[in-house]
Amino acid sequence: MSDTKLKRVDLIFGEYSNVKYKVLADTIKLPNDKILEDLLESGLRGRGGAGFPTAMKWKYTAQAPGDEKYVVCNADEGEPGTFKDREILTRVPRKVFSGMAICGKVIGAKKGFIYLRGEYKFLLPELLRELEGYHENAKSIGLDFSIEIRLGSGAYICGEESALFESMEGNRGEPRNKPPYPTTFGYLGKPTVINNVETFVNIMMIMRLGPIQFKMLGTTDSRGSKVFSVSGDTPIAGIYELELGMPLDRFVDEFGDGDTKAVQVGGASGFCVPRKKFKDTVIGFEGVPTGGSMMLFNSSRSMYNVLHNYLEFFEEESCGQCTPCRVGCQQLRKGIEAVKKGDKKSQYLEQLMKLSESMKLTAKCGLGQSVANSFSSIVYNFKEEMIY
Amino acid sequence: MATNNNNYIGELVGQYGRSRTSLIPILQGVIEKNNFISDLDMTEIAKELDLSAAQVYGTATFYAFLETQPRGQFVIRICKTITCDMHGKKTIVQTIEDMLKIKVGETTPNKKFTLLETNCLGWCHEGPAMLINEKPYSGLTPEKVHDILREYMHK
Repeated sequence: MSDTKLKRVDLIFGEYSNVKYKVLADTIKLPNDKILEDLLESGLRGRGGAGFPTAMKWKYTAQAPGDEKYVVCNADEGEPGTFKDREILTRVPRKVFSGMAICGKVIGAKKGFIYLRGEYKFLLPELLRELEGYHENAKSIGLDFSIEIRLGSGAYICGEESALFESMEGNRGEPRNKPPYPTTFGYLGKPTVINNVETFVNIMMIMRLGPIQFKMLGTTDSRGSKVFSVSGDTPIAGIYELELGMPLDRFVDEFGDGDTKAVQVGGASGFCVPRKKFKDTVIGFEGVPTGGSMMLFNSSRSMYNVLHNYLEFFEEESCGQCTPCRVGCQQLRKGIEAVKKGDKKSQYLEQLMKLSESMKLTAKCGLGQSVANSFSSIVYNFKEEMIY
Repeated sequence: MATNNNNYIGELVGQYGRSRTSLIPILQGVIEKNNFISDLDMTEIAKELDLSAAQVYGTATFYAFLETQPRGQFVIRICKTITCDMHGKKTIVQTIEDMLKIKVGETTPNKKFTLLETNCLGWCHEGPAMLINEKPYSGLTPEKVHDILREYMHK
């Protein structure tokens, strides 16, 4: 049995080095070009879900004109089914701070912020204590980079990078038009690198192991390991660090309860994969990407209820700024309710699918654009459950 | 115009500064103190930060945790997102409603508890989960909820 098991990795949560902040101290001695080169070589892509190549983000920001630049750590983890960032910040916060500090050195920033979701405020005292230690160490190795924590206040949309900047600036968390991108116009309109919590930890992994060893994990398109948040109908819900690029059927063999009918990959804004497609689905950027959320549903669950729950979520969390998202989320929810009640014919689902496709094309940010992912994948694969 | 008796706004402004970037930390500070932000608080903050009251109101009302309605001393937020829902959130809500004799969205007459539902709290692997003010509780059962609430009743 053991050879069929998915490869477990223990790098992200691996123990700290014996000397405090040793990897950071070693890394800041390297020239910026070497750090960027290693990062590029590693193939690291952002761990928040969108998967943008991290080295490019850093490079563009480093090249952007201006003396005032910022590093922001996105800890506004709000995607349903995701809880990895909380675990990382609880268990290995120093790796996050170090990753941010290295970024600061490379792009020429002196100030970093962690935007922590309000729901995780309970982590604050411990994080502030750890930060004190970080600042002492940074001082002793002559590193001029300070980190401050800003709290969110219960808005999922603030996980969208430009909405997050708006929130940090004291505004409503409404996403901006892009371009300009954060690399040139981020926090306070200054060039900013914004990365997910896990991405910063990956940086430290690459700096410690070197890009070659990092690359040995995962596949060509999805390098390295990833922290997965596993929940739903599984006997072993929790946090697992696994290699990227695994087939979904093997994942289900290991984490399912023997009766898994669907897996929602990537949270409410991700895709629903039905049982018949487990075999052909790869978890990673070449297949179904995920910020780490894996929710399993067994045959006792109504996929109508699942979709309804997601739509309610989006309806409430839509910032209301653009019409496709504000109105679209409501109409999708009302639409599936009408079909379920028999007020509308089942053909109406086709119209709703079109609406979700329009949202994908016209919504201003990732929230409105991604509603179609779960909507169409659930309606398409579980049509009869939507009707009867 | 009426003025606030408490000088907490002034204290918060002293602590965080007068720039627009201080607005949310100040609003969060008011919540920590009073559990909600009153109209009077908002106009006072606007004055201190040289903003219009509408700008402060606009920011405050955007965020679910920046309450602008009076709330109890302990705000209970139950996660209603999918995995918590699947694992018995409804029973938990029922248990709390029975115990406190209020419905979701209401505050007890003694202003001690407010019961709300909220979106994903990030405890999907241990659902159902809730927050009481900022403290998370997961793996809830009716018995566990009884014990937790009884403790708060005596606070």
